[in-house]
Amino acid sequence: MNILELKNISMIYGSVRALDDVSLSVGQGEWLAIMGPSGSGKTTMMNIIGCMDRPTAGSVLLEGEELSGLSPSSLTAIRREKVGLIFQQFHLISYLTALENVMVAQYYHSMIDEREALGALERVGLKERAKHLPRQLSGGEQQRVCIARALINYPRLILADEPTGNLDEANEGIVMEIFRRLHGEGSTIIVVTHDPEVAEEAQRIVFLEHGRIANVVRRDA
Amino acid sequence: MICRMLMGALLRQRGRVLTITLTMALGASLATAMLNVMMDIGDKVNQELKAYGANLSVVPKSVSLISDLYGASDDGAQENAAPEKYLAEDEIAKLKTIFWAFNIVDFTPYLQISAKVSGPSGTVEAQVWGAWFDKHLDTPTGESVDTGMVRMKSWWDIEGAWPARDDPSGAMIGASLASKLGVKQGDRISVAAGHLGEAVVSGVFHSGGSEDDDLFVPLPLAQEISGLRGLVSKIDVSALTTPENDLARRAAQDPNSLSRHEWDTWYCTAYISSIAYQIEEVISNARAKPVLQVAESEGAILQKTQLLMLLLTVLSLACSALAISNLVTASVMERSAEIGLLEAVGASASEVSFLVLAETMIATLAGGVAGYLAGRGFAQIIGHTVFGSAIAAKGLVPPLVALLVFAVTVAGSLPAIRLLASLRPAEVLHGR
Repeated sequence: MNILELKNISMIYGSVRALDDVSLSVGQGEWLAIMGPSGSGKTTMMNIIGCMDRPTAGSVLLEGEELSGLSPSSLTAIRREKVGLIFQQFHLISYLTALENVMVAQYYHSMIDEREALGALERVGLKERAKHLPRQLSGGEQQRVCIARALINYPRLILADEPTGNLDEANEGIVMEIFRRLHGEGSTIIVVTHDPEVAEEAQRIVFLEHGRIANVVRRDA
Repeated sequence: MICRMLMGALLRQRGRVLTITLTMALGASLATAMLNVMMDIGDKVNQELKAYGANLSVVPKSVSLISDLYGASDDGAQENAAPEKYLAEDEIAKLKTIFWAFNIVDFTPYLQISAKVSGPSGTVEAQVWGAWFDKHLDTPTGESVDTGMVRMKSWWDIEGAWPARDDPSGAMIGASLASKLGVKQGDRISVAAGHLGEAVVSGVFHSGGSEDDDLFVPLPLAQEISGLRGLVSKIDVSALTTPENDLARRAAQDPNSLSRHEWDTWYCTAYISSIAYQIEEVISNARAKPVLQVAESEGAILQKTQLLMLLLTVLSLACSALAISNLVTASVMERSAEIGLLEAVGASASEVSFLVLAETMIATLAGGVAGYLAGRGFAQIIGHTVFGSAIAAKGLVPPLVALLVFAVTVAGSLPAIRLLASLRPAEVLHGR
């Protein structure tokens, strides 16, 4: 069963076709990597899948629900309920502790639960650092807080944009281990990356070039 | 959570928040000071203008008729004295029994006589006025009043001093007449008009008007010289009044033309015409005539001063709104990634707008409270500097200032909220 289906989507900015008639399906529990050079349309595709943008043409179905015609506020509601976002720059709120940064996502989803937020930090190995501010955490730790925040509302789809782009090798290993565990628990993960080593962890790699799918590599076996 | 986010945001942007607070404090302090002064200024300006003379002149009806018909005063030929040409001195205290008694600030009666005044340099024919210089009066209502020329001619430039309260012969002589008679302070002069009287010059005054040719003596002395005991020619009254409007002007022409409701409104408002009407009700045979130049000046000055203060209030608040608008917009632009993140994790645009508005409101509320307290101080400084007295704190001002602070905050935040609504998380989170 597919959790996500992109049907002939295009995204046009003025005279630039960031995405050009792209179709893609992602199965429930699948780990998919999207690769491609700069300007190939990776981020545009991530924004559309993450309900942060709407395609110029084509349709997007998330768990069978058509997204392309929805208003920004409806997209926000879908994003809140179904998508967990992980960013390359972490985007933590600087004046809130690690725990509070996780609880922000709870607050805007439903209601805050400190024990549950602590549990999410424990899953990424940061329970002891819960009361620390982002500036007191290393880059790897900040990314793990970002992952805990993405997981706190039990999203149907985890969407990671260059999750290891700003990390050293050791922290990259820790983050990838978390992804492996999440995938093992049945989460659907889409990772946008430049890094072939990160992409190779996925079951399927989609190569984008000039806004089109240039190649798909299956690594199930 | 929301409190933690608000506190965190406020503490992180301490400098900007402090600037917003100070901006609002400045606007609120000006608004508080202006509103307090504006609401208290009516009495203050009226009190100030009282120093420039009476605004009502009470004369006998027959004299008023002659004046109205021929445009000239019936300069008292006391030899043709008839009771209807005079007012009774013992009715003067009734001025403090009218509906607007507390608005009657000062009054003094005058008895005008033509007399031969003799001094060291000779004798001249002059207008002599019997008057109250400094009179203590117990009114029929039990009130004690101190009144007289001392209070109503305070702008006179005097060499010497006003006669003492109980001085039966102290006189004030106009500078021009003093020059003709060759008298100075302390000299004796004689006054002859039927009977002969003597006065001692207490002071020589410069009024800048025709009064510089006149002599003012105590009322009992003038009555004795002229033989007009218990009578006065006119009473000058200084009253606190409300600026005239259409209703007051119609009533001044003919009170009977008003409907019952209009009449009640007019009678119970301190228009100069309604005070004049009420004076005519208590003083026999009297016609109370507004000194229109003074009355109209009072209204005009009051209205213009209040308009000026209102404009200052509006301008100061508009400046505050503009400054707050710039600061909040700059803050939103600076925090666009944070705002994008909140929207990315599920906050709606309205929830983020509420957060920004709440942050701004906390800062402006603190500024509003500080500004209100400072404004109370400014009002007192204005009161003591300009009017020489304190400005009463008006109960209406705090809720009004709170309302204005709220309106300025919302108006100042609107451009930022519009900007915020146009931010797209996809763009700001990727630094585009």
